[in-house]
Amino acid sequence: MNGAQALWQTLINHNITTVFGYPGGAVIPLYDALTGFPEMRHILVRHEQGASHAAEGWAKATGEVGVCIATSGPGATNLVTGLTDAMMDSVPIVAITGNVPRALIGTDAFQEADITGITMPITKHNYLVRSANDLPRVLAEAIRLARSGRPGPVLVDVPKDVQLELFTGELTAPHARPELPAPAEPAIQKAIEVLKKAQRPILMVGGGAMDASKEIIEFARAWNLPVITTLMGLGIFPAGDPLWLGMPGMHGSVAANRAITNADVLIGVGLRFDDRVTGKVSRFAKNATIIHVDIDAAEISKLVHAHIPVRGDAGKAARYFSEHATYLENKEWHDKLQEWKERYVRHPVWSAGYAIKKIVDQLTEDDILSTDVGQHQMLAAQLARFQKPRRWLTSGGLGTMGFGFPAAIGSALADPGVRSVVIAGDGGFQMTAQELSTLIKYRIPVKIAVINNSFLGMVRQWQELFHENRYSEVYLGDSNPDFIKLADAYGIHAVRATNGEEMDSAIEAWLNHDGPSLLEAVVPNEHGVFPMVPAGASLEEMVETHEEAKQKQ
Amino acid sequence: MSANLYGDTTSSPNKDHIISVIVRDEPRVLTRITSMFARRGFNIKSLSVGTTENPGVSRMTIVVGGDDNILQQAIRQLEKLIDVIKVLDHREEKFVDRELVLVKVSITPETRVEVRHIAEDFRARIVDVGRYALMFEVTGDEGKITAFIEQMRPFGIIETMRTGRVALSRGSNADIPAQVYTENGSKSLEPVLGDVEI
Repeated sequence: MNGAQALWQTLINHNITTVFGYPGGAVIPLYDALTGFPEMRHILVRHEQGASHAAEGWAKATGEVGVCIATSGPGATNLVTGLTDAMMDSVPIVAITGNVPRALIGTDAFQEADITGITMPITKHNYLVRSANDLPRVLAEAIRLARSGRPGPVLVDVPKDVQLELFTGELTAPHARPELPAPAEPAIQKAIEVLKKAQRPILMVGGGAMDASKEIIEFARAWNLPVITTLMGLGIFPAGDPLWLGMPGMHGSVAANRAITNADVLIGVGLRFDDRVTGKVSRFAKNATIIHVDIDAAEISKLVHAHIPVRGDAGKAARYFSEHATYLENKEWHDKLQEWKERYVRHPVWSAGYAIKKIVDQLTEDDILSTDVGQHQMLAAQLARFQKPRRWLTSGGLGTMGFGFPAAIGSALADPGVRSVVIAGDGGFQMTAQELSTLIKYRIPVKIAVINNSFLGMVRQWQELFHENRYSEVYLGDSNPDFIKLADAYGIHAVRATNGEEMDSAIEAWLNHDGPSLLEAVVPNEHGVFPMVPAGASLEEMVETHEEAKQKQ
Repeated sequence: MSANLYGDTTSSPNKDHIISVIVRDEPRVLTRITSMFARRGFNIKSLSVGTTENPGVSRMTIVVGGDDNILQQAIRQLEKLIDVIKVLDHREEKFVDRELVLVKVSITPETRVEVRHIAEDFRARIVDVGRYALMFEVTGDEGKITAFIEQMRPFGIIETMRTGRVALSRGSNADIPAQVYTENGSKSLEPVLGDVEI
């Protein structure tokens, strides 16, 4: 057995039997060995960035490690965006890259890049494997690291001659998942004492609580706590539940942002108080005692001072809260929240918001929705009604245009029984549109919706609000492809809707088509995403319409 | 809060904090640590690294400049690095710290004796004797070293090299776990969390 074979066998031993990759000179031995492992399903993408996002989509949908493979040099550097995205959103992926033979490392050899150096700040950890006998051990450790504690990306760099070297060691058995740390009881006890006295409490849940959905729901119901789910936390608590207030932050709901400003106790579970959530941090939850539950100690008091820090696993913490519950009536508070909940944006017939609402209304609670980044992403986050965790795949921390489509491919392969839908903008879709080849090669039944407003909509909105309508370099309409013909070029079924009346039948044709399908919704470009907290403003300075935003300028 | 995007400014004073970082002796571990400091905008005032009595384990002494929040954040970010076995915050305990410096001072027949006298007062060793220069080796805490350099300045300092501070906590406890590569990784530490304020 050589290093390459040991690598595949180690992946299989870890129950990893789908990988996303792209061959190249420095991984030829890996791909040669692959032919001897029929149980390994390799998905050939069209660009390594697609492989990294597909691995992320796989990981976000399943909670298991997603794996991508690239060759040395440019192949490896093409993974950088996906790795950074995974680092920001704590997604467990393992990237395996080839490298030039050991003797050539450091000589600026053909297709050499110092990928371990390049990815140091954007991985949880990375390895340069120096001998075939280390390979299974390192790979097993990489997989363990990726999914333990706060998950994240790990890169394993394997020189070409290490892949070919004879492996004489023992294959490493998979590591057991490490026990997640239970929070310290005194800290939770303190939190409970404070919470008992709360009159205007809120529970704020982020992506870190993804696997603690059941415990969070119990916690909220036992205490009668209103719940806010961040962009990454959508689905952890069922949308539309009487206790649910929606999403906080820059494009959050009126109810969520008003609740934060007025709360006297805020419990944050598995979130990191990103600036898009807090607005002006000095004004964030000004009136609240903040209880912050997180597995990563470095997140506690990083941005928002935690009066009561609770370090540990979200599920265990939530269970402890439930076991020591006091039902808080707080009728006045709940009435007030109800009032704020009535304040949401109605989208006019034929607008991006209208089209997206039509789409998300067709989704079942098992369907997976991915998005790209921009206005359509925020609209989808506002309008979709997720009932379960891991049904919403979006690039939060990094805001990666081009993420949505390959992520949908990854999620569709993870569970063929589940429908994967992606909503993208005309800009972002073109950043990874080459993956249409991947789609048709494996006939992956992803449903693509391109919301085409001929602009980089989110940038355009900022130019309108803060730069006196100087639309610098955001018009795409004069050079966008005909998306129907583009899909057709790949042999993919496609339909177009240009107004509200066409939308219903277009959606029906699009969703009922057997196999991959693309829907283009040609929408006007004059609608911004609201509500909105202008950059640098505090949550209470939220504006609800374009006119209001202009007045405040 | 330290200064951030929104211009909120810091409340606790900036000062120098000394910490020890016990690390796995792996390639690039120094880069991992310094690049983490650099990308997060933390200030390294001095850093010294050396091997320890345990094979495979190195030790760093880092002087971090900043307020308490920056120090706390730096420690917690360090603890997240896979190669970091342990971080010791010397605010919590008594410790000994030392620095070594080599100083080349220019001399003339008139100043030779005076320079030697000053060096004796500082218990500085002469490590190289030339006709126009003496090289001294001085060990001590930062204050002593700075004072020595200031005393020698009038005679003309040709060049100096300081090691940066090194520190060990007092008492009989060793800070380094004997077993570096444990089954469940090296993160058995419960980070110190600040007092609860309500």
